[in-house]
Amino acid sequence: MRSDAGTVVDIGQVRFSYGAAPVLEDVDLRVADGEFLGLVGPNAGGKSTLLKLILGLLEPQAGRISVLGRSPRQARRDVGYVPQYPAFPRDFPISVEDVVLMGRLGLGPVVGRYRAEDRAAADAALTEVEARDFRHRQIGTLSGGQLQRVLLARALVGEPSLLILDEPTANIDQRLEGEIFELLAELNKRLTIVVVSHDIAFISGYVSRVACLNRTLVCHRTDDIDGQTISELYGEDVRLISHSHLHGAEHVDA
Amino acid sequence: MPEFFTALLEHAFLQQALLAGLLASIGCGLIGPFVVVKRITFLAGGIAHSVLGGMGAAVYFGLDPLLGALLAAVAAALLIGSVRLAWRTGEDTTIGALWAIGMAVGVIFISRTPGYATDLMSFLFGNILLVPTRELWFMAALDLLLLLAVLMFFRQFVAVAFDEEFARLRGVPVTFFYLLLLVLVAVTVVLMIQVVGLILVIALLTLPAAVAGQWTHSLSAMMLTAMLLGTALTGTGLGLAYAPDLPAGPTIILLAGGLYLLSAAAVHIRQRRRVRRALLQPSSTR
Repeated sequence: MRSDAGTVVDIGQVRFSYGAAPVLEDVDLRVADGEFLGLVGPNAGGKSTLLKLILGLLEPQAGRISVLGRSPRQARRDVGYVPQYPAFPRDFPISVEDVVLMGRLGLGPVVGRYRAEDRAAADAALTEVEARDFRHRQIGTLSGGQLQRVLLARALVGEPSLLILDEPTANIDQRLEGEIFELLAELNKRLTIVVVSHDIAFISGYVSRVACLNRTLVCHRTDDIDGQTISELYGEDVRLISHSHLHGAEHVDA
Repeated sequence: MPEFFTALLEHAFLQQALLAGLLASIGCGLIGPFVVVKRITFLAGGIAHSVLGGMGAAVYFGLDPLLGALLAAVAAALLIGSVRLAWRTGEDTTIGALWAIGMAVGVIFISRTPGYATDLMSFLFGNILLVPTRELWFMAALDLLLLLAVLMFFRQFVAVAFDEEFARLRGVPVTFFYLLLLVLVAVTVVLMIQVVGLILVIALLTLPAAVAGQWTHSLSAMMLTAMLLGTALTGTGLGLAYAPDLPAGPTIILLAGGLYLLSAAAVHIRQRRRVRRALLQPSSTR
């Protein structure tokens, strides 16, 4: 069924608007199998919208999107998703383990309880993100970094072949940001990853390619990001603080 | 209270009342926690009050008011649920309108039915002392329905209550389970009308669950605790109301409300103590 062997996400001439103003115009993007793509761009540049289109939560007004050779809705169960903000109330009476188990919904029978293999998968996912120690804690008692690991485990437990993360480190400090990206780099050995970030300098040390989105795809490159790219993207002169491929603390102020 | 226990042994109607309280508590324990954690108390209130329309129509046409209540509750649940799904914002005014329209329809029907003024009072405030055996069976059947639905689809209900977007991404038909949950709320409302009446239903549906939620850390523990609390509250309320001949429904609700406020205060004090302790020992766990 795959249109092109080795293509995980194929987006062609996609257009989307919520009201009158277009959010995305003529977006073409192809994500190859095994890639670790960083999607960057200014706020309101359409990054989260593009993710929602790939997840099939929104429908494009024009253009085509295929995910794993299928429609986004059909491919959903093979896609893991980590949202930017957890959509649930922090005081919800549920343990970490039970939150992660929700990632197994849609894999087994509809009726009844989780199976032993679901629990084994949850255990493995929690171990992989180093969250197994607090698996019995109530979700609201976790710190920001711990919660992010749990959300990652919830996305991984469904055994996806594509992992999509929307600003996974927006709410945590920089040391933890590095730890999360180390983990993603490790996961990239077996998964294709698309990660949204506003922090171009930081992620370029980890990702295999950066795509810059500001209503349309401005750039697309594997080589280093330079000042030219960034001013193209943000439409103004921004000072680029030189960055190394060490996971440094350099930031681009935009 | 002691005269209540002697009377309980003598009078079958008191035993039936106690049983009615137990049956209502099973429903409130199964569904109340979902109403509390999903924060749909206002929706549940709308469903509960618009039920009067169905009850009024049923007595006017000479049908069983509980059957009318059930049909009206399910219709109201689907209508209110669709309103909420279609209009993500500004839905509360519409729900408020449906709430009032349902009650107005009910009052008009009842006013057109000769000799039913007393029924209106027992619809509004319940009459736990006059639950016929046939209705106990009806309540038991509704409980069984709720229990089956919750046992079968517990995971989906939790997922929809916890994070609708994620549930949708996992292929859970969110709209279906959201509306089913509201239909179950409607069934629970009908289950409790006989005990506390439709005006006070919302208190018995949410207060035991809210108290349970303050002291438990999982939804299943919350359900079990709410069930036990509901049983204790209806039983105690019935006992306290018996000797001074107070209306049982409002007595039960006053107890539930008092317990909720006490529990909320206790949780608040406990949290402040914890904060103080944490400040005194800065090197403690992180």
